[in-house]
Amino acid sequence: MNKKVIAVLLSLAIFATACGSGTPQTVEVTRVVEVTKVVVATAAAPAATVAPAATAAPAPAAAGFGETLKKVKARGKLVCGVTDQVPGFGFLDKGTGAYTGFDVDFCKAIAAAVFNDTTKIEYRAVNAEQRFPALQSGEIDVLIRNTTWTLTRDTDNTANFVATTFYDGQGIMVPTKLKVSKLADLKGATICVQKGTTTELNLADQMAANKVDYKPLVMDTADAAIAAYEANRCDAFTTDKSGLISRISTLKAPADTVIMDVTLSKEPLGPMVRHGDDQWYDIVQWTVFTTFIAEEFGVTSANVDDVKAKDTRPEVKRLTGADANAKMGAKLGLENDFAFNIIKKVGNYAEIYDRNLGPKTKTSIPRGLNNLYTNGGVLYAPPFR
Amino acid sequence: MTQTSPTRSASTNRLLAFLRDERFLQVLSQIVFILIIGGVGYWLTQNMLAALARQGIRLGYGFLTETAGFDIGEMMIEYSRESLFIRALQVGLLNTILVCSWGLIFSTIIGLLVGIARLSTNFIISRIAWVFIELMRNIPLLVLLVFLHGGIFLQLPRVREAIALPGSVYLSNRGLTIPWLTLTPAFSIQVPELQGFNFSGGLTLSPEFSALLIGLSIYTGGFIGEVVRAGIQAVSKGQTEAARALGLSWWQTLRLIILPQAMRVIIPPLTSQYLNLTKNSTLAVAIGYPDLLSISNTISNQTGRSIEMISIIMAIYLSISLVTSAILNWYNSKVRLVER
Repeated sequence: MNKKVIAVLLSLAIFATACGSGTPQTVEVTRVVEVTKVVVATAAAPAATVAPAATAAPAPAAAGFGETLKKVKARGKLVCGVTDQVPGFGFLDKGTGAYTGFDVDFCKAIAAAVFNDTTKIEYRAVNAEQRFPALQSGEIDVLIRNTTWTLTRDTDNTANFVATTFYDGQGIMVPTKLKVSKLADLKGATICVQKGTTTELNLADQMAANKVDYKPLVMDTADAAIAAYEANRCDAFTTDKSGLISRISTLKAPADTVIMDVTLSKEPLGPMVRHGDDQWYDIVQWTVFTTFIAEEFGVTSANVDDVKAKDTRPEVKRLTGADANAKMGAKLGLENDFAFNIIKKVGNYAEIYDRNLGPKTKTSIPRGLNNLYTNGGVLYAPPFR
Repeated sequence: MTQTSPTRSASTNRLLAFLRDERFLQVLSQIVFILIIGGVGYWLTQNMLAALARQGIRLGYGFLTETAGFDIGEMMIEYSRESLFIRALQVGLLNTILVCSWGLIFSTIIGLLVGIARLSTNFIISRIAWVFIELMRNIPLLVLLVFLHGGIFLQLPRVREAIALPGSVYLSNRGLTIPWLTLTPAFSIQVPELQGFNFSGGLTLSPEFSALLIGLSIYTGGFIGEVVRAGIQAVSKGQTEAARALGLSWWQTLRLIILPQAMRVIIPPLTSQYLNLTKNSTLAVAIGYPDLLSISNTISNQTGRSIEMISIIMAIYLSISLVTSAILNWYNSKVRLVER
């Protein structure tokens, strides 16, 4: 009995010391201070000036810098958070099991930049509620899921918006026979909306601003909301206009529904990454910019080999990696032909757009603002130097 | 010089006697157990805080006093998009309590009837009850709710072609609309009228609320039926025979002799079923009823504060469950067998 008591007391003492020594978080705390400093600095300066800071990388860099790229490379594949219910942006073909879409193509572009292989991706379909916790916790490396850029999401969700790949606006769709043309006509109507989205908030804002009474019906998933709309449980359905166009193509009677000519808000959509890893932020951002710049210079997946061999414009040579001394990729932690790989494997912005949202697809959306600044749109990438 | 037996001083003897005392060892083992549990809990909390600090996530409940910004479809108290998040949570809590209280009442009634019917000597009645119980125990509740909502309530005619029942009662896929008391402008009964898109005036029971209430009631009613059957069968047959010998009718036997004794056996499992119903009401999220969990999820998504919101949800559901089981335990102690 004596020995048992001593054994218990001894194990207790060992446990106490183990607990006591489990406080590396004091070290973590000081690292956190560094992280917030660095993030504030880069938020103020434009993206181009982050490149020299990245080359000065080693020890004093913020906690998390470079960790995502290391994790992705060690895993051997990119985990990309997408949606599987929006044709044209992120859609799972139940027959072939393949993901297709505008956002999915940007996932492929990042995989092409990191691995030069667009099959090394694990797609995780996340709904509107799971997407931010999944990104925060590290379950997904990047979230490309037609997510709107807002201040609250940039801060409270501890995530960063990388770049806008699609400039959109919120719209409402109604059955044609209701003959509703402006917001005030929807007085007393029931409007279906998906939970946890900016559409909920924008709808509330606009209806209050126009002093229109309505009843919201908030469903968990876009599929459930569309089902309620088709069953006439609600009179209208609201989401981003791109989402409306893609959803109309899935309705049983697409001709019976019309998109109202009202825009409730600005909806800039783009990829999101976690706070804390500036290198990964730069990688995703310059993947997006590569597609803009490639379209600007007329480089496509078809002619990129020729362009690499023959084009003499300095920026194009840096883009395709023909200029061996401009080690653009190394600055990001990638291979120097990362831009070439993106263009060859996925294409430039125009090709990505046409493949998913072009005139020959079922979800055809006119480019509008989503065109180069030289073509009447707002896509403007910094110089590739 | 070897000693044949070790001699100890008087104080060592006392110490050994103390350390070998059973009461001391019991207290010591309880202290050790608490310290171990506390240690594990402390380590887990420190781990979580360190991970959050590493990601730059701050914890705090101050966000609850920010403007909600979203509208809610059904509410029992005043609410608008300019109300605070706290107000939105109150709306959700009241919606949950509304569904749960009616659900408890209906499921108890259904459970009692089904349990008694199951024991009936009438072949058809007991078979129907048996089929009902087996169906309810084997169909997942989520499937049942989606079927009731999408397959039954949403298939009702559209608002403009609503079924008109006598007494200004309308049945459509926007719900059951009935005349109701109203306090403004004057205390009177308001008759619903079709205006534009929906009925205005009167009380509308939305399909989401109806599907959730009916689904929860029949699902839990099936389980309660079995609990009631167990309770009734626990009362010895001698009681029934004595009651019949005294000349009591079947209904009087049930009401005066069987059920009061069966209550002792029924109450504990019944408490569990009530708590199940309360927790199952969170499936409202799947059919669009704005209950507490649904609104908390919206807040959690709009503010990014998942950990704080989960702690709030857990605390609220825990309180509801504790109150329910406290009430039932008090009732249980009142109907307990008091040995003379």
